[in-house]
Amino acid sequence: MSASAEATVLITHEVGLHARPSVKFTKLAKTFSAEVEVALAANGPWFDAKSIVKVMAAKAPKGTMLHIRARGDGAGEAVDALVELVRRDFDEGADHARTA
Amino acid sequence: MPGPLRLTGISASAGYAEGPLFNLEPAAARYAGKATAADEKAALEAAIGVAAGRLAGLMETADDEAAGILEFQVAMLEDDALTGPAFAAIAAGQPADAAWRQALDAEIAGYETSDQDYFRARAADMRDIRDQVLRALTEDGEIAAPAGAIFYGEDIAPTRFLETDWSSGGGIALKAGSAASHVAMLARSRGVPMVVGLGVVGLGASPAHLAGIALLDAEHGGIVLSPSKAEIDAFRRSSRSFAARRDRAETYLQKPAVTKAGTAVRVQVNIADPSDVDGIDISTCDGAGLMRTEFLFGKTLPDEETQYRAYRKVLEWAGEKPVTIRTVDAGGDKPVPGFTVEEGNPFLGLRGIRLSLARTEVFRVQIRALLRAAVHGNLKVMFPMIAVMDEYQRAAALFAEEQAGLSARGVACKMPPLGIMVEVPSVAIAPEAFSGVAFFSIGSNDLTQYVMAAARDNASVAHLNSVRHPAVLRLIASVAAFGQAQGIPVSLCGDAGGDPASIPALLEAGLRDLSVVPAQLAMAKAAIADVAF
Repeated sequence: MSASAEATVLITHEVGLHARPSVKFTKLAKTFSAEVEVALAANGPWFDAKSIVKVMAAKAPKGTMLHIRARGDGAGEAVDALVELVRRDFDEGADHARTA
Repeated sequence: MPGPLRLTGISASAGYAEGPLFNLEPAAARYAGKATAADEKAALEAAIGVAAGRLAGLMETADDEAAGILEFQVAMLEDDALTGPAFAAIAAGQPADAAWRQALDAEIAGYETSDQDYFRARAADMRDIRDQVLRALTEDGEIAAPAGAIFYGEDIAPTRFLETDWSSGGGIALKAGSAASHVAMLARSRGVPMVVGLGVVGLGASPAHLAGIALLDAEHGGIVLSPSKAEIDAFRRSSRSFAARRDRAETYLQKPAVTKAGTAVRVQVNIADPSDVDGIDISTCDGAGLMRTEFLFGKTLPDEETQYRAYRKVLEWAGEKPVTIRTVDAGGDKPVPGFTVEEGNPFLGLRGIRLSLARTEVFRVQIRALLRAAVHGNLKVMFPMIAVMDEYQRAAALFAEEQAGLSARGVACKMPPLGIMVEVPSVAIAPEAFSGVAFFSIGSNDLTQYVMAAARDNASVAHLNSVRHPAVLRLIASVAAFGQAQGIPVSLCGDAGGDPASIPALLEAGLRDLSVVPAQLAMAKAAIADVAF
């Protein structure tokens, strides 16, 4: 068993991969048994996608190309699901409205 | 009984509260050290469990906004990457409280030094997480706040706000704090009165002052400790009047704004971020009198497409109603990495249009985005910090050049009316130099601070910073009169436009077009209806 997968996706969410989006992202990553990592560049550094502390530490603002890679059982599904979540703007749309 | 003590701050959420003060900073509770490292580890595990349990309890009744904050904190507490270093320090012989504090302080420092505002603001959440676990570790000293208390201290944690029952009144009075904090947002949406920036008390505040009753006036931004009987009576009258105005205001939201004598007043909204318009029904206002563009200039300089999409979203929301977009007003208290420059006196330096004209490669990108967005609605564009006509002419020439370029490439675009902010005193004193501009928009915040030489974010000179000073009102009246004589529309988009106490004076000065933050729309319309002429 040495399945592996990798993909890139553009972050369009207003505040980037922060707070609420990062909660959703790490929660989804944890549903897969594969080892999942994210990076802001193809050559790393890579961060554990299941740790909100590490994902927040990546400081990925809006407009960042996010690299996602996975290794192990269900690696392909994990990468697909996470890419899809980022593409759907973390299912937030207008949800991150600010009070003036 | 000590004499009354009055402190002035800045309103972060309007309203009134009368009650006992509750000190947010009791003497630090002590953690009782354990005998072995294993016991220390167990104590920290238990405390993290207690803190996570409390957060889960709060989430059950939280609304969407609050749930987002809590969910983030729970996820952090559950992450081994956060707790790991603390357990490692315990294994190395540290007591649980010191180990936890060190581990969290290291995380917090990472957030505090970020160059992104949004990221830096999360430091408050991390401090909240740290303190909740410390509280659980040192549990016994905890005293509950009495019902209806006014929380008083340096700052207040979001969870503290959420676990407090505000149904029997109460409020928040902070020495530091910020109107942009999570708690301030929550306070506004729940209608909890809150004042920030009360400054270092102690000068004149005796323990007796802090033990007695206090009157929190979060409409004007102040608090009275140990008030006299007369002060209490006056306060209660103001409080009742505020409650009545707020209730009545809601009924004005759907109606056009008119004074008692039938004078129509246009009321527009100020937009700080395109997502602001999602919660505003366009039929309740006359357009957007000020759309800021600083939000686009966060960590990196925004590309043309990002800007175009943001402008287009607001223009499409407004339909036929006007949207006045202000070109980037960076500098002053709004630094942008890679764009603004470090200066000794930034409010009098390279900010607003001065910076845009100095960095035309950045300005041209914004201009192209605006010209392209203009075809999607009723766009007007204004320049901030104009001091002399030459600046307007140079900015307008750049618009003409970029329009010619876009047209030559066959890109759909349109030249919007170009106006100026009236906020530098030179313009307000001698407006005749600007008879060629399409419109004036008075920026009362900066105009007041420059006329009175009193920074608006400095609590120690807040008493000088009043738009109702005759010097400021006279300038506003003279600009309004000049505009009327020349057929140049004049509006006002500063905080004063939404302040019920200032609205009569602004209308008397001749203004008939105000732009206010969305939360003040109803109150502003109600205040206009109270004006006689």
